[in-house]
Amino acid sequence: MKMKKWISTGAPWMWLNAAAVSACLLLVGGLLLLITVRGVGHFWPAEVHEFFLETPSGDIQRVVGQIREEERVPMDRLSADDAAAIEEGSFVTRVLVKTGNRDVLGQDFRWVLQNQVIEQRTPLSMVVLEREEWGAFFGYVVGIKSAGELQQTRDVWGDFQRMLERVNDLREQAEELQQGEIGSINYRLERLRLEQRGMELAGEDDEQALAAIRQEREALQEEYRLLEEQLVDVYQEMQRDAVVMRTGSDSTTDRDLPLSTIIAAWKPNAMSLTTQLGHFFGQLGSFISDDPREANTEGGIFPAIYGTVLMVLLMTVFVTPFGVLAGVYLKEYARQGLLTRTIRIAVNNLAGVPSIVYGVFGLGFFVYTLGGSIDRLFFEAALPSPTFGTGGLFWASLTLALLTLPVVIVSTEEGLARIPRSIREGSLALGATQWETLWRTIVPMASPGIMTGLILAVARAAGEVAPLMLVGVVKLAPSLPLDGDYPFLHPERKFMHLGFHVYDVGFQSPNVEAARPLVYATALLLVIVILLLNIVAIQVRNNLREKYRGLES
Amino acid sequence: MNAASPESAVAGRARSARFHQWRGRKDAVARWLIGVGGVAVIIAVVLIFFYLLLVVFPLFTPASTELHSSAQRAEWTASPSLFLSVEEQQELGLRLAADGSIEFFRVAGGETVGTSPLLSALSDNWVLVVPANEYTGLLAAATADGRIYLLRQSFETRFDGGVDQRVIIPTIEFAYSDQPLLELAGVRLRQLALSENDSGLMLAALDEEGRLQVLKGTRRENMLTGEVSLDSSESGIVLPVPAATLAVSGDHRWVYLGDASGTVRQLAMPDLEVQRSIALDGGAITAMNMLIGGHSVLVGDEQGTISQLFPIRDDDNHVTLELIRQFDQQQAAIRQIVTEQRRKGFVALDAAGQLGIYHSTAGTLVHLQDLSGLDVQALALAPRANGLLLQGEDGELSLLEIDNEHPEISFASLWQKVWYENYQQPEYVWQSSAATNEFEPKFSLTPLVFGTLKASLYAMLFAIPLALMGAAYTAYFMAPRLRQVVKPAIEIMAALPTVILGFLAGLWFAPYLEENLAGIFALLLILPPGVLLAAWLWQNYDGWAKQWLAEGYEPLILIPVLLVLGWLALWLADPLQFALFGSDLRTWLSQKAGISYDQRNALVVGVAMGFAVIPTLFSIAEDAIFGVPRSLSNGSLALGATQWQTLIRVILPTASPGIFSALMIGLGRAVGETMIVLMATGNTPVMDWNLFEGMRTLAANIAVEMPESEVNGSHYRILFLAALVLFLFTFVVNTGAELVRQRLRERYSSL
Repeated sequence: MKMKKWISTGAPWMWLNAAAVSACLLLVGGLLLLITVRGVGHFWPAEVHEFFLETPSGDIQRVVGQIREEERVPMDRLSADDAAAIEEGSFVTRVLVKTGNRDVLGQDFRWVLQNQVIEQRTPLSMVVLEREEWGAFFGYVVGIKSAGELQQTRDVWGDFQRMLERVNDLREQAEELQQGEIGSINYRLERLRLEQRGMELAGEDDEQALAAIRQEREALQEEYRLLEEQLVDVYQEMQRDAVVMRTGSDSTTDRDLPLSTIIAAWKPNAMSLTTQLGHFFGQLGSFISDDPREANTEGGIFPAIYGTVLMVLLMTVFVTPFGVLAGVYLKEYARQGLLTRTIRIAVNNLAGVPSIVYGVFGLGFFVYTLGGSIDRLFFEAALPSPTFGTGGLFWASLTLALLTLPVVIVSTEEGLARIPRSIREGSLALGATQWETLWRTIVPMASPGIMTGLILAVARAAGEVAPLMLVGVVKLAPSLPLDGDYPFLHPERKFMHLGFHVYDVGFQSPNVEAARPLVYATALLLVIVILLLNIVAIQVRNNLREKYRGLES
Repeated sequence: MNAASPESAVAGRARSARFHQWRGRKDAVARWLIGVGGVAVIIAVVLIFFYLLLVVFPLFTPASTELHSSAQRAEWTASPSLFLSVEEQQELGLRLAADGSIEFFRVAGGETVGTSPLLSALSDNWVLVVPANEYTGLLAAATADGRIYLLRQSFETRFDGGVDQRVIIPTIEFAYSDQPLLELAGVRLRQLALSENDSGLMLAALDEEGRLQVLKGTRRENMLTGEVSLDSSESGIVLPVPAATLAVSGDHRWVYLGDASGTVRQLAMPDLEVQRSIALDGGAITAMNMLIGGHSVLVGDEQGTISQLFPIRDDDNHVTLELIRQFDQQQAAIRQIVTEQRRKGFVALDAAGQLGIYHSTAGTLVHLQDLSGLDVQALALAPRANGLLLQGEDGELSLLEIDNEHPEISFASLWQKVWYENYQQPEYVWQSSAATNEFEPKFSLTPLVFGTLKASLYAMLFAIPLALMGAAYTAYFMAPRLRQVVKPAIEIMAALPTVILGFLAGLWFAPYLEENLAGIFALLLILPPGVLLAAWLWQNYDGWAKQWLAEGYEPLILIPVLLVLGWLALWLADPLQFALFGSDLRTWLSQKAGISYDQRNALVVGVAMGFAVIPTLFSIAEDAIFGVPRSLSNGSLALGATQWQTLIRVILPTASPGIFSALMIGLGRAVGETMIVLMATGNTPVMDWNLFEGMRTLAANIAVEMPESEVNGSHYRILFLAALVLFLFTFVVNTGAELVRQRLRERYSSL
């Protein structure tokens, strides 16, 4: 075909439009791939490299660490010394190395210029330590110490692993004591204080009642003292062992690291694929089930998952009745006139209102107006510290329920609209009342549609962050909103949330670069949950369509 | 069997009637409940709107006042009041009179609660008592024979018997020393001005003979005893032109004088040289005071005009006094200007007995009160500026209650340029955080609205071509089997949490863009020709793959092409930018072209937010194009039009209402988006269209500042106003999209 003729058919334009589709698909795919690769990479035991560098001044430097990324930079972005060694106007490849050992080196990362590397290797005996603080440690195990004495043993690595296991068991015990029982006593003491204050306010603080409270308090304090002693014992046990490490970087001095500060240890360069996989799933498991450490930049995200799930569940409880009732009203009861038109416009507008506006409304109306009144009426004893007069799980769920209301209404209406008239008429003709028709016939048939709406609402709520920032989400909640302390569900407590965790760790944390893999992992988890929910919703809807296709015709 | 017996038949009928009744009742209850559920939705929308409005409303309600007489102290007429003050709760007041008497009194009722012989022991003829500009409780009192003493008044609030039992303990004592701070022997003082800050104080005195004496004292604290004393230095000149009014700046660098010809002079410390004279053509200057912060001087003249002036620093670091704004709502000579202690507001009393309540930043007269019946001799503004204590010539005490919560908000201060203190010219500024009362809050919504529009504009620029072209192809050209996969794949991205898009934009894309700026621009240049070239090659290719990928699968062919082109663009970028710019583009931009580059900029936001908008745009537009009846396109094709001509001339015009509403809804989403902007920009409220600079949007601003704003304060209400603006905007856009869609649908329905 001639070029001119080809152009005159408009085919080039069509191809450009096709390119737009390809670009959209590539963007979508690339984004998911990026999150997946980076998120999964967080758990994979990356190799630890040892670089030998010759600096422009002629020194030989040793750098140990994991390769984070590689880039090409023009020479004018380098320091004068480094640039002097390179040809004018050329580019040089540099590698960002996570050196760890923040307590030794004072930093987590450094750039390594590829042209300065004389040797690069991955020693099999290199060990990675995951620690309670100061981030990861890279180095070689030299020996192990127990009660300050260097142990003579043939299998240093094996003994080290066994000691680590023992310390981890002890740590679990300590955590259980601290968060479980001691936390529970603290909570009960606070409740006693509020009870006493409440009595004072009500003028019922006679000697007898006060004495009862005092007695109870003393009992609790005694219990507390005992637990504290136990805790001190456990901590002392944990201090027993230590490992002697050689950093492997410039410093050649050995360091004693108490095992109580170490959580896990592995040799990434000596792992087979199966051990790598095992390590991967182990890390994934502890990521999902552990509490965060080091200002959220390390450890797990369990409280955030817990908070998100609980908030979404509570929201579903609020949004379901209202959304379904409104949908049923619009479709089955209301006379199609001005009122229904107004309601539809209202629903449409609710769907279009920016989420932050809901947050503002939630803060002003729910938290300050309603919450403030509730505090004055029912929680006077706790004042001036607010109970419901500050953001919390309850208000956050309510705000998000309002936000997702249109989704449920629209899906309910759609579900009802798919049910043929003949079914209603049949039921009514048999003498059923309108309610019976609805309850026994229509709603069961429309329930997949309603479910779709609820799933979509849950997906929307799980990913929404902006309004939550105003109505109760926090970066670190001291206690879970559902726990073993009476009354078990604490809707007034602040909570953590996956989406907010991404924002907070990615943008507000002191060491963003080091926390980045964790943010990717959190984001991946959130994306997977939300995409799954959406896919399920679409499947449910498609099945529903198939089911009623026969009835419609 | 049993049913045959008449009794049981009756009972059965009765039972069945009861059952029917119960069913009917159940039906009615359900009907009622469901109706309530439906109406609750409207109530929710209305509630959101009205609640926002309710919070915003007080910003625009005018100030109101209530005047009531509180006491009669006829004996006060014997000696005129030189100074009056009232404490925060407006329970107690303090009066210093010309005979040296000091009296604390109860505002309601006027009973004396305490007196002090401090001044009367020294002299029985006092002429002036002035407070420090900063309201630190420091007072300067001058006798007729030119001795000036420093005093300190304080009202301490104690809660001795629990929260409900408030006791206010007033005290007055000599400050620094019980000796005169300054002695100007034998001359009668005309004016005094006093300022006190952390480092010390400054006192200026003007006498009847035109002499100006200034004392600057530096605080010195004895480490052992904690005793505070002053190191003072004096300077004085005889003024060439006699002055009528006097003020000293809060930084103790300037003395301001006003004279009978209407000229304001700025004198520099310590030599008292004239730095700048400004002639205000309002006749003789009759009153002067410093606004809180000690930066702005307020000047009242005999025609009732009040002028605000403050020194500004020009580019050469040279400081000059400038006339900033004038208030000309009062008609008679200004007698006295009293400034608020915690805001940039003031009240002015004129000779005709009119009292004006002003706010300087807003540039407005908030309220004008007629006090001509009272014959005011002395007045005192309460610390919260919610009450004004007035004493008439006849000794009558009155209290003017002022309800003026948000004087700083006016249409001008929200939307127009305002000349703020320390600024060289009027500007649009959003800077709400106030560390101290002396800070002037800057509440211009213009930069935020600008930022919102800028972000949405760039987002739409990125999203519209991709989404609409993609929608047109998917709906019109794409093979149905491929469409079943592609459409949900793009639509599902609408569900992706924006916090994740924002995070990727801020932490991955922004640094990547900074590194590969040239590559991204090369990609833009290389893509269209590259795609066309590939298409041309494919057109002329005739092998096995062509059989396999039929028409309608072009996007699949193009995916590898795009990947190769992208790699090519990034590979070409380095040599290209060195050839064109001599260095990398990023360095060239900031160093040679002078375009400032933020890492998190409008381009990043445009791409990220565009990404968030694409699924919305794509989905609605695709539905609209796909919904065009096949008969239309078939007719067009039968008449000999090409596929492309049919799409452009027939399909798109028919589908345009749907496309329009897609654009509106996409815009609504972009405007209200919070997390992406919050994370992908630096959130600086600058006003610049520069693609490489950030912005702050209304929504992000709310998210950043709402948690720390004081409930029911001006800042809080302005953030609610921002939310209301967003609410109304999306309301208008959504309703507008709906209406346009309906109208255009009607027009095209005849087709």
